[in-house]
Amino acid sequence: MELTTIWFLLVAVLFTGYFILEGFDFGVGMLLPVLGRDDRERRVLINTIGPVWDGNEVWLITAGGAMFAAFPEWYATLFSGFYLPLLLILLALIARGVAFEYRHKRPEASWKRRWDAAIVVGSLLPAILWGVAFANILRGVPLDADHEYVGGLLNLLNPYALLGGATTLALFLTHGAVFIALKTTGDIRERAGALAVRLGVGAAVLAVGFLTWTLTIRSSAAAVVLAVGAALALLGGLAAARVRREGWAFTGTAVAIGLAVATLFAALFPNVLPSTLDAAGTLTATNAASTPYTLKIMTWVAVIFTPVVLAYQGWTYWVFRKRIGIANIPQH
Amino acid sequence: MDALDVARWQFGVTTVYHFLFVPLTIGLSVLVAILQTMWHRTGNERYLKLTKFYGKLFLINFAMGVVTGIVQEFQFGMNWSDYSRFVGDVFGAPLAIEALVAFFLESTFIGLWIFGWDRLPKRAHLASIWAAAIGTNLSAYFILAANSFMQNPVGYRINPDSGRAELTDFPAVLTNKVALITFPHTLAGSFLVAGSLIVAVGLWHVIRNRDSADTGAYRFATKFGSWVVLVASAAVLFTGDIQGKIMTDVQPMKMAAAEGLYTTESPASFSVLTIGSLDGSREVFALKIPYLLSYLGTGDPNGTVHGINDLQAQYATQYGAGSYTPIIPVTYWSFRFMIAFGMAAGAIALLVLWSQRKGRTPSSKWLLRAGLAMPVLPVLANSFGWIFTEMGRQPWIVFGEMLTRNGVSRSVSLTEVLTSFTAFTLIYATLAVIEVKLLLRYAKAGVPDVSEQPPTDDTDDAERPLAFAY
Repeated sequence: MELTTIWFLLVAVLFTGYFILEGFDFGVGMLLPVLGRDDRERRVLINTIGPVWDGNEVWLITAGGAMFAAFPEWYATLFSGFYLPLLLILLALIARGVAFEYRHKRPEASWKRRWDAAIVVGSLLPAILWGVAFANILRGVPLDADHEYVGGLLNLLNPYALLGGATTLALFLTHGAVFIALKTTGDIRERAGALAVRLGVGAAVLAVGFLTWTLTIRSSAAAVVLAVGAALALLGGLAAARVRREGWAFTGTAVAIGLAVATLFAALFPNVLPSTLDAAGTLTATNAASTPYTLKIMTWVAVIFTPVVLAYQGWTYWVFRKRIGIANIPQH
Repeated sequence: MDALDVARWQFGVTTVYHFLFVPLTIGLSVLVAILQTMWHRTGNERYLKLTKFYGKLFLINFAMGVVTGIVQEFQFGMNWSDYSRFVGDVFGAPLAIEALVAFFLESTFIGLWIFGWDRLPKRAHLASIWAAAIGTNLSAYFILAANSFMQNPVGYRINPDSGRAELTDFPAVLTNKVALITFPHTLAGSFLVAGSLIVAVGLWHVIRNRDSADTGAYRFATKFGSWVVLVASAAVLFTGDIQGKIMTDVQPMKMAAAEGLYTTESPASFSVLTIGSLDGSREVFALKIPYLLSYLGTGDPNGTVHGINDLQAQYATQYGAGSYTPIIPVTYWSFRFMIAFGMAAGAIALLVLWSQRKGRTPSSKWLLRAGLAMPVLPVLANSFGWIFTEMGRQPWIVFGEMLTRNGVSRSVSLTEVLTSFTAFTLIYATLAVIEVKLLLRYAKAGVPDVSEQPPTDDTDDAERPLAFAY
């Protein structure tokens, strides 16, 4: 296999991992005021992702770094072109990350309320905007012959991209509710389970609509298979959530999100950022790539370190595998 | 004002801001790990208290370093896309490796450490803070290797067809002599901050909180921190000296700009303080140490140090007409402030140690004031150090290969950059106030009570409150 194809796959894997992992983080953050009725319940919710959210976010940093190293043109065009959405995502991630750490550092209710708001908004904005961004990558954007983005902000807010944003929002909400049901005990667990089913129905409708629209824009045999798989996994997850088989439900939503992201990348390949203007402006896995020497070095680094990272991140999830409830929250 | 100016200001503000927190993370992660190791080895509760106490301050600061770091990675693509295209083949690799090798380690094990206090076996918990500390320090190495390529590009060629830099020798990039010396210099500066914070907080409790049952712990912390600061000061001087010689070799203009040395001199004298006209034509006041600059720059008291005017003429011949001179007052003063603020912290550490000689208890109001100023001094020194390093490289973004003005994103409008610059400045300023207030609050609260050890059996923690929960 060509090195450029390998790196296209690796970038796809990194973003897929990011959306599966931070997807439920975002969901938990957004559901904070919905499922957390008082401060202790909200603390239960935050502590379900407490030990892992930071490690989950590194998937994004690694995906960005991999894009920069392996496809500098893609990184440069995308990040400068999608300027304002990325700015909003950054501001949201800043507010949200600090909020997790600082929320419980003072006892006043007003202090906690403000950080709760930061967590909700900081989770909501990226949950929508990542969908908007990836839909636009797939749909293509106006790029001139120098691969410079020449559309404005409004160009990014087309109906297809907005449906993409609604889809990731609904998927992450469902994924988060399922995760909470899996990780908590007592009343919260019951409410999260019930909510997951209701949210999931909406997410399934949106996801099927969005993936179908996606395949009419560009498609491949692999993309069709992956899209069908995503829909089936989501329905399976919902069925499991309905009968409160939380482990299976979480597996279902995780696989569904993973396959949905994979669908986008499969439909995109070999392009990485199609141009809606001149075909010469289109960025592909070949014309956006670094030299074979750089890709070879990066491949070795990835081959050696990725298993190590997966092992210790997996171990973290194992260490914190137990459910938590309000009894685990200290009084102060 | 155009998009280029704003993009430069944004890079300066967000980078200096990011680096207010990072040194404390780098240094304190290791020092907290050392304290916890001492507790592990001796079983002395004093060290456990200090581990938890400084650990909390560490975490308040850590969050800020993490979230401001994401901006740094995104910013190259957002504001400097032509730079990213030009160097991506070389520069992207250390960034990606930093994320994969260092950030994952740091972030994952910090989570394990925060939440693992009584869930992990003691040894595994101790190993977690060490893993996080190693990750943090490793990340500094990779990012400095990337930055060093901008100062002294090595291991690459320019592709004549695309006009872009292409990696030809990755080990050369990682062993860039600028990177190899900047890394220890940065670490030393980081330990200067972390040690100073430990001293300041400890000394405050020793002097103001005399009746505390934990005075012994604070006294220990104060001495421990002071020794860290002293060793770090020595390391800063030693590495800074080598760095100066390498800089004279690979970026002579930066050295000349640091000194405001307009004409080539051999031997060259070191300017302690010079006030003159900006073009160097007239000196109003000068305090100089003869031979010292030659020695600092070349290792030989009679060595030649090139002046700004000669280098400017040489570069104009080499690279074409234009100015190749950084803004001299900025480089001249930032270089001096870096040295002065950094050394001041070391001097105060000596005073603090002296005040506690032979078991004495310090009580001086002035010593307390000096002690409380300590953490601010190396933070300023680090900021001025980076301002000097980056401003001294100008007008280049990659020395000798690409001008800063050619690296900016062409597709990003002035309005967009202004929006992001304003947004970052506002959110950063707000968070800075919140963070400092929180640090002070927790620093004043003092060491925690650790006498109530939860049961150590791991069989049933279903109903047990979690340690260090958010």
